[in-house]
Amino acid sequence: MKTNWQILVADDEEVMRESLAAWLAEDGYQVDTAESGKRAVEMARATDYAIYFIDLKMPGGMDGIETMMDIRRIRKDAPVVIVTAYATVDTAISAIKEGALEYIVKPCNPQEISLLVERIIKVKNLQRENAILRQQLQRNYQYRDVVTKNPRMQEILQLTAEISSLRSTVLIRGESGTGKELIARAIHFSGDRASKPFITVSCAALVESLLESELFGYEKGAFTGAAGQTRGKFELANEGTIFLDEIGDIPPKLQADLLRVLQERCFYRLGGTTEITVDVRVVAATHKNLAEEVRERRFRDDLYYRLNVIEINIPPLRNRREDIPLLANHLMERIAHEVRKDIGDISEGALKVLLDHDWPGNVRELENALERAIVTCRNHVLTEDDFAFLTAAKAQKGWTVPAGMTLQQLEKQAIIATLDRTQGNIKEAAGLLGIDRSTLYEKIKKYEIERSGVGA
Amino acid sequence: MAAIGGMNSGLLAEADRYIRERFGAATGCESEIAVPENSFDVRRKQFSSIAFMLALTQGFPGGADRFIGLTECDLFIPMLTFVFGQAQLNGRVALVSLARLRQEFYGMTPDPELLRFRMKKEIGHELGHSFGLIHCADRGCVMSLATSIQEVDQKSAGFCAPCSRRLPPRSVEPEIEGKQA
Repeated sequence: MKTNWQILVADDEEVMRESLAAWLAEDGYQVDTAESGKRAVEMARATDYAIYFIDLKMPGGMDGIETMMDIRRIRKDAPVVIVTAYATVDTAISAIKEGALEYIVKPCNPQEISLLVERIIKVKNLQRENAILRQQLQRNYQYRDVVTKNPRMQEILQLTAEISSLRSTVLIRGESGTGKELIARAIHFSGDRASKPFITVSCAALVESLLESELFGYEKGAFTGAAGQTRGKFELANEGTIFLDEIGDIPPKLQADLLRVLQERCFYRLGGTTEITVDVRVVAATHKNLAEEVRERRFRDDLYYRLNVIEINIPPLRNRREDIPLLANHLMERIAHEVRKDIGDISEGALKVLLDHDWPGNVRELENALERAIVTCRNHVLTEDDFAFLTAAKAQKGWTVPAGMTLQQLEKQAIIATLDRTQGNIKEAAGLLGIDRSTLYEKIKKYEIERSGVGA
Repeated sequence: MAAIGGMNSGLLAEADRYIRERFGAATGCESEIAVPENSFDVRRKQFSSIAFMLALTQGFPGGADRFIGLTECDLFIPMLTFVFGQAQLNGRVALVSLARLRQEFYGMTPDPELLRFRMKKEIGHELGHSFGLIHCADRGCVMSLATSIQEVDQKSAGFCAPCSRRLPPRSVEPEIEGKQA
């Protein structure tokens, strides 16, 4: 790891800089030297050094502190070690105040300087490792787990990439288990805010008072038990993204508070008098039809319009059945690896079972079913027997006719369900219903079935 | 090899034997080199390692591959309080000081055996640098960094396998000396 790091030694005394450079080179570092502050700044512009040893007193109008300040203007987090022959408390304080990492007095004990270098490099290695892991995490959250060949889903992925660096509010709609959070993370981690926080709040999980303090934070004494000042999720998400899951479940009072944050980007902590301004991108998600909630006056229309700047509708899995084999294989590989099982394939019979299932719990249900099958599977291939629990549950559930329904209502429901299954494909639906296409068109008209809604 | 500023002939003979054995090289002992003028720092009461290295470079013997100087003088470089030795990385000149390898430097009873063992380690270490080896993470390898006499004692006089492989083929010694406790 050492040889990857470069060190700069800046000192006007040749013997000083060359001897230190030679000593550090024996440790495996690539060392450059600069004879003046000006030259050191030029070199820092060209190369991002791991450590800068800068002599405090250098002639030529630029001393060590000024050199360090210039370097830190170019390299914000540059680890600078100020070296001096004459230590005074004032210069030490001034060096540290201006951003020096260390202040050492020459001559140094070799052990002291060796430990100092080791410590700085250790931090640099950790920072590098952290950056690599972050990159991997970003890749993970980008599109790796969004496996699809469905045109609607591909459109969504394209839209996700296009809007990732905007600040516009996004509203994600979709049934439970369709991957709303995955899309929200993909938006965050593929955009400008990727290195900033991504904060998730489940609005359905908390009661009103708790949700309020969770979102906006509180001051000491704001309520019984408020022992100290606490920052809310909006503050924690500053410069990043806040993901408000199940926004449709947010109580009316909080809807008003949230509207204010969306409009003004500022709020007060509970019990607080100081207005807090934040730069937060809001991504909200719901399984509810918010337009319907607005009509029923359960959701504020002004908040709905604020949230619904960019809307993403994730189709349920039953409306993109072509993705089932793809997802099943992808998830099988991942889960088998996680649970350390040597399973490499899914039989055709098993795929048929998966394709025939309706997946009300969507991708999450598919993932759980695969995990259950993989854990109990005794071979290297998943077969229909491994998914027997799916067919058993279906058989148990059976089909019961809701009492009190007219034959016409039953027929309407049958047509809606079939169109839903065929994603609006009339020819296929007519075939499944055992009627011809013109009859199906007539019935769609008669029962005022909205074909545009099918597959949404 | 040359002594700079006088040295016990027994130690020089021991160093000569070690270099022959360890590096498989014929060693010629040059006549003594005088301590370079102005190399003594009155304030630090030490000698400039850089001045010694310069003297070795200037007096480099014709026909030699490497030139190593041994001295009893306590050496320093401006940035550090002392050095046990110095070498040109991938170069031809190396230098070892015995001053801080002696037990008496630390107020203890002289130990000629321990001194010889430490000297061999430092010669191996500095010559290793001249062959391009950098400090080794293996604390038992002679190429590991020692910034105190305790660390010199902790390492062995042998090169670890990866460091051995990086030495020139004719210099590789198959047997590695045992570690010192």
